Amino acid sequence: MRGNLAKAFGLANTEWFRRAQLPKSYTDLLGRKLFLFLLTLQGLAAFALITLGVILRKFRTARNVIGPRIRQEIARAGVALLPMFLFVALALGFLVIGQTISALARVGATEYLGSTMVIVVVRELGPLLAAMLVLARVGTAHVIELGTARATGEVEALEALGIDPVHYLIVPRVIGMAVGVFSLTVYLIIGALVSGYLFAFLQDVPLTPGDYFKQIAGALGWLDFVLLALKTIAFGFFIAIVTCYHGLARPLRLEDVSRVTVRAVSQGVIVCVLIDALFILLYLVT
Amino acid sequence: MSDPENTAVIEMRDASVGAMRDISFIVLEEVDWSVAPGEFWVVAGQQHSGKSDLLKLTAGLMSPVRGDCRLFGAETRTFDETKLAERLRVGLVFAGGQLFNHLTLRENVALPLEYHRGLPPDEAARAVQTLLELLELTPLAEVTPANVSGNWRQRAALARALMLKPELLLLDNPLAGLSPRHQHWWLQFLDRLWRGHDGCGGRPMTLVVTTEDLRPWRSENRKFALLRDKKFFPLGAWNDVASTNDPVVKELMAATVEWTS
Repeated sequence: MRGNLAKAFGLANTEWFRRAQLPKSYTDLLGRKLFLFLLTLQGLAAFALITLGVILRKFRTARNVIGPRIRQEIARAGVALLPMFLFVALALGFLVIGQTISALARVGATEYLGSTMVIVVVRELGPLLAAMLVLARVGTAHVIELGTARATGEVEALEALGIDPVHYLIVPRVIGMAVGVFSLTVYLIIGALVSGYLFAFLQDVPLTPGDYFKQIAGALGWLDFVLLALKTIAFGFFIAIVTCYHGLARPLRLEDVSRVTVRAVSQGVIVCVLIDALFILLYLVT
Repeated sequence: MSDPENTAVIEMRDASVGAMRDISFIVLEEVDWSVAPGEFWVVAGQQHSGKSDLLKLTAGLMSPVRGDCRLFGAETRTFDETKLAERLRVGLVFAGGQLFNHLTLRENVALPLEYHRGLPPDEAARAVQTLLELLELTPLAEVTPANVSGNWRQRAALARALMLKPELLLLDNPLAGLSPRHQHWWLQFLDRLWRGHDGCGGRPMTLVVTTEDLRPWRSENRKFALLRDKKFFPLGAWNDVASTNDPVVKELMAATVEWTS
């Protein structure tokens, strides 16, 4: 309720910094940017923890209202994007994977095909591309919807009705996006691998479908599946946190909505890259 | 122990009210106000006098910057989920309605009932339909707020606030921008609510409305107060309001601005 939003946003009041006079030196500017970054990080972390707390604490509260909203968000961040993802998977397969396969075949290195495909598509390109597309298509919509709801007083109205805005507005979006990014990544990877082989087949690369998929299956370990699931769920969760945070935190006026949308998208990209780097470390360690 | 029947519905002692958008900006200071069960208060003030912020403080949407604010005897400063029962005894109708734009009017009205009561769908639908009929909203029930006039949006906001049958109803400038026909309906309906409307539990309701125009609220049964210069002034009954020489009250009773060249 009232406390949940105030706790997260009270921690990260960056307005003072943004309104302050321009710094006189580059070191001042750097210091201010660093403070802004740390304050935003603190606010995002608080918001993520509060959202997790609400998910766990209110798991059984108002399921008749929250359940349909979660299904709606899964449809929006998942099912509705399926046609676009199939197109992107085809393009990725034809443009990148097909060429990789034919290049490997030319130098007689087709035995590395499986491990190359797993590293490029399953571990890196698939999850990151899916996250970026969902951020662009659904994340921006989150900021605009929540920013407008905040500016037009809908969030206040929820609080007046005794409804926790984090529970009603944020939890469905977070769960929907986590499920959406995970599912779409799986479809994207499968689509890209299949269309990649089709492209190689059209180029008369001497590789049977059986050999191709056997190599990929051989290169995939159980850890790939576990880390893929964790990574995509983390992408979805944090994209939703960043976009919802900026939608709810700042725009008390309608004219602020476009500015915070741009900020939320850039921070969403940074968060995805940081998560990706973290998982690269995990792959290297394991 | 205090008698719950006689506990003041609203009790403010030396309360300072901050603006909702920037709590550090004080809009009202040293507010001393007590509302007994069953009273009908009209709080008048010019634009930006702090009417909306006073109602939001009263509804527990924010804490007083200083002083004490109690609702049904409970301190609003600590209004969190543990005090949800107190929160649900209050209904708040915002100026302009502030309906949820992604929901139809029926869904807007049903939301508090579905969220808090978890009734079986047919029972909830019956309760919502009864209220929609009472407020003559049935023909517009499946329309989203953006596609109805302000008159009906405001009425849907009233329906949403009444859905949980509150004991205290706060209305922020409810007649603003309404057509004369709708204004007449609102005055009649609020009076019936105050006396105890069968469609809303039959229990007399405590009402607080804010306004920039005192004329429609003229009645011997109501209590009046004025917000001016960041202060809260209880004015008493209508006779006291009519006999005062306060220029702001005079202006709010005339509700017209005299333009001079």
